[in-house]
Amino acid sequence: MRRLHTHQHLRQHLRHPLAKWTWVACSLVPFVYLCAGVWWDRLGPNPAEALIRASGDWTLRFLCITLLITPLRITTQWPEWLLFRRSLGLLTFFYACLHALCYSLLDMSWEWDEIAKDIVKRPFIAVGLACFVLLMALAATSFNAAVKAMGATRWRQLHRAVYAVAVLGILHFFWMRATKRNFAEVWLYASLLGALLGWRVYHFTKRSLWKVS
Amino acid sequence: MLIRTHQDGFIHPLSSEITSPEAYATRRQLLRQWTAGAAAAGLSAWGQREAFAQGTTAKLAALPANQSPVQGAMAVEKLTSQHDATTYNNFYEFGVDKSDPARKAHTLKTTPWSIEVEGLVKKPTRFNLEDIMKWGAMQERIYRLRCVEGWSMVIPWIGYSLSDLIRRVEPLPGAKYIEFITQADAQTMPGIRGGYLDWPYTEGLRMDEAMHPLTLLSFGMYGEVLPKQNGAPVRLVVPWKYGFKSGKSIVKIRFVEKQPVVSWEKAAPQEYGFYSNVNPKVDHPRWSQASERRIGEGGLLDKKRKTLMFNGYEAQVASLYAGMDLVKHF
Repeated sequence: MRRLHTHQHLRQHLRHPLAKWTWVACSLVPFVYLCAGVWWDRLGPNPAEALIRASGDWTLRFLCITLLITPLRITTQWPEWLLFRRSLGLLTFFYACLHALCYSLLDMSWEWDEIAKDIVKRPFIAVGLACFVLLMALAATSFNAAVKAMGATRWRQLHRAVYAVAVLGILHFFWMRATKRNFAEVWLYASLLGALLGWRVYHFTKRSLWKVS
Repeated sequence: MLIRTHQDGFIHPLSSEITSPEAYATRRQLLRQWTAGAAAAGLSAWGQREAFAQGTTAKLAALPANQSPVQGAMAVEKLTSQHDATTYNNFYEFGVDKSDPARKAHTLKTTPWSIEVEGLVKKPTRFNLEDIMKWGAMQERIYRLRCVEGWSMVIPWIGYSLSDLIRRVEPLPGAKYIEFITQADAQTMPGIRGGYLDWPYTEGLRMDEAMHPLTLLSFGMYGEVLPKQNGAPVRLVVPWKYGFKSGKSIVKIRFVEKQPVVSWEKAAPQEYGFYSNVNPKVDHPRWSQASERRIGEGGLLDKKRKTLMFNGYEAQVASLYAGMDLVKHF
């Protein structure tokens, strides 16, 4: 009985209109922290590199959190988790934008022809760009009217592209880290995202098998 | 009365409600203080880390030296701050993050230190560091340092030309290359267990490169002996090659006949060659080498600077590579 009670309590908290905005505010703390680092010159001897790397790291982290929503929703059977999915996706996109901005501005000084050359020459940049374009498409169709206009089925099909983003994102990170052969964090994120995608494969194949029989 | 009518006229605020001019003038400061308060928790930890790194680099023994008379040895450029040069290092024996060496290298034991000279020399011998330090007059040299990763610094090194040591140990005529073997002690170097490279880290030079007066055997920087994170107590500095060619904490110098396979060449032969001369026209397979970020220079939004052929030492060293295809021998 007590267990049920705490569950109800938690779900009520999740449903609270302020819950989402509190979460969004918390999610922007890394951004504020980086801004403070720039302001007080506390990002170390190479702040440009520090910003590019940190924004990439946070994109990956928010991608993991976003992809955690569906497993949470289904295993707990609380639809409340869905209230967070869109803002999480948009936060992932926000950090991806920051990452792309830092790269284009700090590393490439807004020189478009240089950026274009870089994309062609360096596959890991091309893969990063592909991720960014996909995330852009998802962010652009994230509002209610877009779902309505596209129809739920087609919208869902499009938004499955987030799985491609996960795989390409890991590839991008792997390639970047290959320089130093420093793969510890790559494996960490790969196994996290692998588990999140693996859970989906397992869950949905099991469900469809069950449906057939 | 919330809705004002013509009869109310203008309602002036009470004088106590008016923001004082002083407060108004300092409003931005106030904002800063608030944000400072919010960020204080995180930043204080950050500050401590910086302070710790500084603590490990300050107060080293002074190493007196005279300005170098060698041509090209005194770059007229703004020095990188000692703090940046001692907290932003690649020294994988202490970890792959560039802040690792400053935090972890304090465990390195630099006394006693000796260098074993072996291979094709008249008399292979192990020499004490104190003796080696007397083989040449200590010179200060201001060199540009270009890392293969695309950043650069300007550092005042102290040492003497490696050629002084080479002449002293009398190589045999068959010696065409020199291999430098660096310290690899799993007890004091946590990165050794990381398995990033095949330890010990080895580097190599062709004999004429090693004999070039700009090739420096360095014992200090910024007027002091080398900090541990910068390769104490003795390292190589080859200013026209990417930084990784300049081995740190050298324990063995081997004279050989055949071109040695050096660490990065062994790890990724398609990305790193034996020569690794700074060359803006030969890109690394995964990034451009045409420009570099000078650490500590300009603002965040400033453009990177163009990388110079042989890191700006073309006049001094280009003749070493006359007729060589530098794309093939990258």
